Amino acid sequence: MTLEELQEIKAGEELAKSQKKKSLHVCVAAGCMSQNADGVVKALQEKLREKNLEKEVEVKGVGCMGLCAAGPLVSVEPDNRMFQEISPANAHLVTDNLEIGKRTTNDLPSDSPFFTRQVKIVTENCGVINPEKIEEYIAADGYLALYAVLHDMEPAEVVQNMIKSGLRGRGGGGYPTGLKWSTVSKAAGQKKYVICNADEGDPGAFMDRSVLESDPHRILEGMAIAAYAIGADEGFIYVRAEYPLAISRLKTAIKQAERKGVLGSTIFGTTFNFSVSIRLGAGAFVCGEETALIASIEGGRGTPRPRPPYPAESGLWGKPTLINNVETFANVAPIIRKGAEWYSSIGTESSKGTKVFALAGQVVNTGLIEVPMGMSLREIIFEIGGGIPGGRKFKAVQTGGPSGGCIPEEFLDIRVDYESLTKLGSIMGSGGMIVMDENSNMVDVARYFMEFCMSESCGKCVPCRVGTAQIYDLLTRFAEKQATESDLVLLEELCDVVKNTSLCGLGQSAPNPVLSTLKYFRHEYLERIQAEVI
Amino acid sequence: MPAYPVKIQPPSDDKRWGLVMATMKRHGYQSNAVIETLHTVQESFGFLEDDSLRFVSKALNVPLSKVYGVATFYHFFTLKPQGKHTCVVCMGTACYVKGAGEIMEAISQKYHVHPGETTENGNLSLVTARCIGACGLAPAGVFDGEVSGKLTPADTLTKLAKWE
Repeated sequence: MTLEELQEIKAGEELAKSQKKKSLHVCVAAGCMSQNADGVVKALQEKLREKNLEKEVEVKGVGCMGLCAAGPLVSVEPDNRMFQEISPANAHLVTDNLEIGKRTTNDLPSDSPFFTRQVKIVTENCGVINPEKIEEYIAADGYLALYAVLHDMEPAEVVQNMIKSGLRGRGGGGYPTGLKWSTVSKAAGQKKYVICNADEGDPGAFMDRSVLESDPHRILEGMAIAAYAIGADEGFIYVRAEYPLAISRLKTAIKQAERKGVLGSTIFGTTFNFSVSIRLGAGAFVCGEETALIASIEGGRGTPRPRPPYPAESGLWGKPTLINNVETFANVAPIIRKGAEWYSSIGTESSKGTKVFALAGQVVNTGLIEVPMGMSLREIIFEIGGGIPGGRKFKAVQTGGPSGGCIPEEFLDIRVDYESLTKLGSIMGSGGMIVMDENSNMVDVARYFMEFCMSESCGKCVPCRVGTAQIYDLLTRFAEKQATESDLVLLEELCDVVKNTSLCGLGQSAPNPVLSTLKYFRHEYLERIQAEVI
Repeated sequence: MPAYPVKIQPPSDDKRWGLVMATMKRHGYQSNAVIETLHTVQESFGFLEDDSLRFVSKALNVPLSKVYGVATFYHFFTLKPQGKHTCVVCMGTACYVKGAGEIMEAISQKYHVHPGETTENGNLSLVTARCIGACGLAPAGVFDGEVSGKLTPADTLTKLAKWE
């Protein structure tokens, strides 16, 4: 592959596009797929054939368009028009009303804040390109960043760029990505690895799934750039077995990239080699922790080990290893293409760029959104999310999954970044955002998350293994209104012990949902304390 | 470890073992292929039988205790045969706040089966998932591999009734 060939592919795609008057994009990511998006594609093609329009209008499957609640979604390009809830039975609504100016009941207003308030970097290709065609990714300037890096930049320059961009790990911790790259690049050793953490175990989060299903090549490109920067030649994507569609699209993408010579040996005619293979997770939340993930790739039980040494020095098979999350890798190519300054101009002082959130729960517009860091929770939930359905009252928003906390209404105006959420006793986490209304009982919510942590605890360290079970039992007493005042004291004490003495992030953050609900919704606990029997 | 590779024969001449052998071969019979191999076994046979664990242990030269440890550590693997049909109810946070618990309750009551169990007639296995990533469609479930969203207890039971 050469630069000319890349440009040729791009020109070819653009020519093909210009020959069609319109293009119907049907979302074929898992959400819409479960509502028969496949059938919609077929029905649309059928209807176009009947109307003799198949030469002018093309139908293609694309990745996630975000508004999962209204799926299956169909968008009409270049008219910037969108239809919601299309099924094979009402597909004619789309084909009968293609002319500009015609309106149907299934039209989605394109000026809805859900679309206009978003800033798309990670998801820029989601809902636009066909995830199963490398040519479309290349036409969207894909693999240009990799070419530029290999030909015009020293590895150290790439690392410098990442440091300057201010990108921080999107898996939850928020560790500066450039710093991580720099440590691994300086680590001694010939053999190094790059791992993409796609073990999205956090319940209520589906950002990584959507990105993998909608734009898999972006991850491969990000990984290849990282590999060049740190001096690795082998990479692994550790992905949940629960995501069959994401796995199959990744496999297709890897094969295509190898065939085109953008993965494999002597990439773009340089001496740089990089191969990627997929490893399947098997349903263990703890494997999102980097040392546990490494243990799992090595074929064993996914239990974490004490750090240091950090994986940057001694990771997979004892070699220096770079582990980044899917969304982090997805940011790499745009940063190289558009420059670190551009990226760092978005976001807040300490948190740069955008963040993808999976907005779900009791909110009107459930789905996937990408917003600049620093947007307030109120804007996210009430403007983009459209508020709470059924006129019910907002109660709390849960961020960060089982490691995060519940944020009450009084803090809705806080600007979302890593620090502000941590200060509130929650975390950014991977980006799950679950809205709860007045019908949610916070003790039950805390108990739900503790049950999760208890059953996901790997059992290696005592505070987490025993502590989470004891906390769960205590919360059960509260839920059944059997608790006493001393139970409340014990609960707080136990949370403190588990938080401060557990081996890995799972245990250290497991008490967060309890602590944050105790802080903001203490009365709900107190209401469940049994009157002392004298 | 023997100085020359010893070919370990599969427990039976079932054709599906070919798939399992292919996975192990692709990974060069390395000990780190345990999880990948178990995935193939479960995909081909539906669950992990004692014999298959023994076979994987021998073929990859990994102690049986370790293979068993891996098989029981990960939720995805099951050592019990599954029913003819499988219903997965997602218990992720979004589904939970939107009433996945009631769906589970309804199924348990009607079919006298708890999560992780199979009905006595072997027709239906009820499974819970931590999160299937269909949070936008909560509450969601998977019926014999097909994801279905915005469920209510009533239409879940209607779906299951078709399998009776």
